[in-house]
Amino acid sequence: MKKILIVDDEPNIVMSLEYAFKKQQFEVFIARDGSEALEILQHQTPDVVLLDIMMPNVDGYQTLTHIKKNDSLQHTKVVFLTAKNKASDIEKGLQLGADKYLTKPFSVKKIISEILELVT
Amino acid sequence: MNNYTLVFIIISYLSVLFYVAFLAEKKRQSKWVNNPYVYTFSLAVYCSAWTYYGSIGIAANSGINFLPIYLGPVIAAPLWIIVLRKIIRISKQHKISSIADFISLRYGNNRFLGALVTLVCLFGTLPYISLQLKAVSETFEIMADETSYVSTTVFDDSTFYVALLLAIFATFFGTQNTDASEKHKGIIASVAFESVIKLVFFLIIGVYITFYLFDGTSDIYNQMSNMENFKQLITLGSVENGFDWFFMIALAFIAIFLLPRQFQVSVLENNREKHLKKAIWLFPLYLLLFNFFVIFIAWAGKLTFGNTQNAEYYTLLLPLENGNSFLATLVFLGGFSAVISMVIVSTLALSTMVSNNLIIPYGFLDKFIKNQPERNSKYIKNIRRISIFLIIIGAYFFYVSFSKELSLYAIGLISFVIISQLAPSFFIGLFWNRGASKAAIIGIIVGTFITLYTLVLPFVLQAYTGTNDFIQYGLNGITWLKPHALFGIDFLSPPAHAFFWSITFNILCYLTFSLTTKGNYRERNYAEMYVDSSNFTTLQDNALVWKGEAYVADIKNVLVRFLGEKKATRALKIFFTKYNLSPNTQLADARLINFSEKLLTGSIGGASAKILIASVVKEEQISLVEVLKILEESKENIVSNKMLREKSEELSQLSSKLKNVNEELVTKDKQKDEFLDTVAHELKTPITGIRAATELLMDDEDDMPKDMKNQFLKNILQDSDRLARLINNILDFEKLETGRLHLDLQTNDLQKTIKKAVASIQQIASKKNITINDKTAHAITIKYDEDRILQVLTNLLSNAIKFCPTEKGEVTIDFKLGNGEVEVTVKDNGKGIPAEDHNYIFDKFYQSKHQNTIKPQGSGLGLAITKQIVEKHGGKIWAKKAVKNGATLVFTLPFD
Repeated sequence: MKKILIVDDEPNIVMSLEYAFKKQQFEVFIARDGSEALEILQHQTPDVVLLDIMMPNVDGYQTLTHIKKNDSLQHTKVVFLTAKNKASDIEKGLQLGADKYLTKPFSVKKIISEILELVT
Repeated sequence: MNNYTLVFIIISYLSVLFYVAFLAEKKRQSKWVNNPYVYTFSLAVYCSAWTYYGSIGIAANSGINFLPIYLGPVIAAPLWIIVLRKIIRISKQHKISSIADFISLRYGNNRFLGALVTLVCLFGTLPYISLQLKAVSETFEIMADETSYVSTTVFDDSTFYVALLLAIFATFFGTQNTDASEKHKGIIASVAFESVIKLVFFLIIGVYITFYLFDGTSDIYNQMSNMENFKQLITLGSVENGFDWFFMIALAFIAIFLLPRQFQVSVLENNREKHLKKAIWLFPLYLLLFNFFVIFIAWAGKLTFGNTQNAEYYTLLLPLENGNSFLATLVFLGGFSAVISMVIVSTLALSTMVSNNLIIPYGFLDKFIKNQPERNSKYIKNIRRISIFLIIIGAYFFYVSFSKELSLYAIGLISFVIISQLAPSFFIGLFWNRGASKAAIIGIIVGTFITLYTLVLPFVLQAYTGTNDFIQYGLNGITWLKPHALFGIDFLSPPAHAFFWSITFNILCYLTFSLTTKGNYRERNYAEMYVDSSNFTTLQDNALVWKGEAYVADIKNVLVRFLGEKKATRALKIFFTKYNLSPNTQLADARLINFSEKLLTGSIGGASAKILIASVVKEEQISLVEVLKILEESKENIVSNKMLREKSEELSQLSSKLKNVNEELVTKDKQKDEFLDTVAHELKTPITGIRAATELLMDDEDDMPKDMKNQFLKNILQDSDRLARLINNILDFEKLETGRLHLDLQTNDLQKTIKKAVASIQQIASKKNITINDKTAHAITIKYDEDRILQVLTNLLSNAIKFCPTEKGEVTIDFKLGNGEVEVTVKDNGKGIPAEDHNYIFDKFYQSKHQNTIKPQGSGLGLAITKQIVEKHGGKIWAKKAVKNGATLVFTLPFD
């Protein structure tokens, strides 16, 4: 069973994603910001982290940097899912080491296929 | 008094003066040496022994006729600001070192004119110096009580030794520098000191005679009114006498500018132009004080001695008669001071002229060209030293052969009339650019000859032949050639008569020849610079028009000869830097020619400088028209340069303004971008929620459990509301920020409005178990837009609710009356606002970093809109600092 960590501060969005991934037989972890996510990552090694950027406290960029530093997470894929869609933002995200950069609003089917492509 | 005691006093006093001069030279920069008082007192070198002793003689014998000599300068003083300032500026700019230089430069550096002016000054000043020696000698005799003893040889005469001492003094302090345009601070300081001494001592003796020997001024007047010729002494007399007065005043007016010693102190030794401002009132005051007691001393002497004594020495004779030799000594020293300062300044001025305008240009130039620099400098100094000695010795012999016969007053006036011959070329040339050198020369020569004929010759002939046939019958017995009544004008006193005829012919010649001759280009060049000096001072070295071929190396060679290698190199370096030229420039231009001439002028005089420079350059003739054209162009250049500079300043100001505006625009643009970015982000969030939930509902319609379905539908509703709210807020905010929102101001009860707000939010609050305490106790009716203030209140309340703790949340709202306003506070018991956020919470889309992990619902525009509304009402909004529990937001509304 694949594991996914969804990091977003918008409960309604999280709720839809959680439902969709559970249906795809994913084990779903949820964090409402970067610091919660890092806490979860201390105990869990998900196959993929779905990461929003604009969040209070620790934002998406910082979270990714931390993940990249952590050796036990070297096989964990990281995908940004954010409303920020400027070219400069995308470039920055990929440079930091994200595997994919997806933008909001999104099609749930598309997100699922992108993630599946990454983890299988 | 003993002869030796007197000599001792003289020598002691001279050493004091020597010390003063020495100290001033040592502290050249001190404010004790450089101030308007020293300048003004040095001008009082005008009051020589003639004033000190001679005035009393005139007052005793012909009443108030001594006054014109002082009225002239008093009338001239206010004009100094215009005329003297112009002269000073020109002199400084051209490094002029004497009046001969000044006049010859005006007429194109004419060598002959310089020499002529020097001769006239020499001729006019020598008798004047001899007059001073005469005063020393006679007062010495009175003091020493040796009237019976007559010196038989020069070496037996104390006056000769006094003359020698003065020569040494003048040599020592007058020739320290080769450059005569350098200031002589030592001499000037001692002259100022002497001016104070002579005035103070003269006033002391005045008070002594008037109030001690007599019973005040009215006592003297009453006693005097019994004398037979009293009426004649106190009135001006006839119309003829009026003419006399007029000419005498004019004469003195000219003298205060042109006497070589006055030119020296007032122009050459002037440190700062602004010293003139003090001098124009202080100097006339000095003269007034000096003349105050003259008439009373004269009358007192007359009453005491009748006609038995020389009235000129009443100041000495009166205290001696009364046995007060101490006061007499003071008077003697005062008179001696007047003599020393006059003699020293005059010889200094004359020696510069004699060396720079007579000896060097007419004989030593060739020698200088061959000499080594050190020797040249020594030569120049020696020429001046020898000149000083020759002038003083010359004056001494003049005194021995002539002056003994004449009164102080008569000699003084002869000097004045001779010097006044320079007036037309000096004054007219200063303001009229047509004045030509030939005209100046002819005018001066004609005027001087007339003076010789009408004033000097009669007196010389009288002294030699012992008869006054010449005066009585005229030349060869021709009546209209009578020296004191030329062409039948017989009502003027001899000096006024001589002045009238000489100056009339002088001016006529000057004007006629100026209008009929055309000077060369160089002459016109300098004429323009003098007349239009205010315009050309800015041109500096550019003002001289010169065309030709010259090499920097040749010019440098000449400079080295007079300045030495070091000084010449430095001067050239300064020149090149000033005009931004390469130090390796080979060809000299007009500026360098002019610059070098100026450099040399101080040392060897303008005429010689011109000749020297001309000897190494090949000059081309330029036509007059060309000169004027070039001058006009340089002037225009300066004007257009100035305009260009102004324009470029304006432009740079404009561009910096533009830059600021641009920066502002960029910031605004950036802010706008950020705003749009944030708005887009905020809008996308609920849309994302709606889109995702809808997609799931559609695709998964069958499998999805019912409660899940409901939850998603609820989420969609929520997000839609959020979207609508957001859009409303953005529109509101935009309206407020661009000022397009108009308030609907009505008189309302604030308490009621608060209750409405609380009621509208009550439902949300109770859902979260939060209590809202409305503590408002009474009604307050003020004018405001109720809808908007409701918006403010609900924003603040929901904001407070958002930050309340999940348990026992409590929001309190209250108001109180302040100074002309009502203050509303909304308080919660949440975790409060961190200090660093206080300044930002009212910014749009600002969300605290320390916010709860659960994102509070909101557009991020709430507080920003709130702030805008409050401010639009004329109120203020802020977060209270240092509140222990929870946050307190406060806003005010003014009563009007």
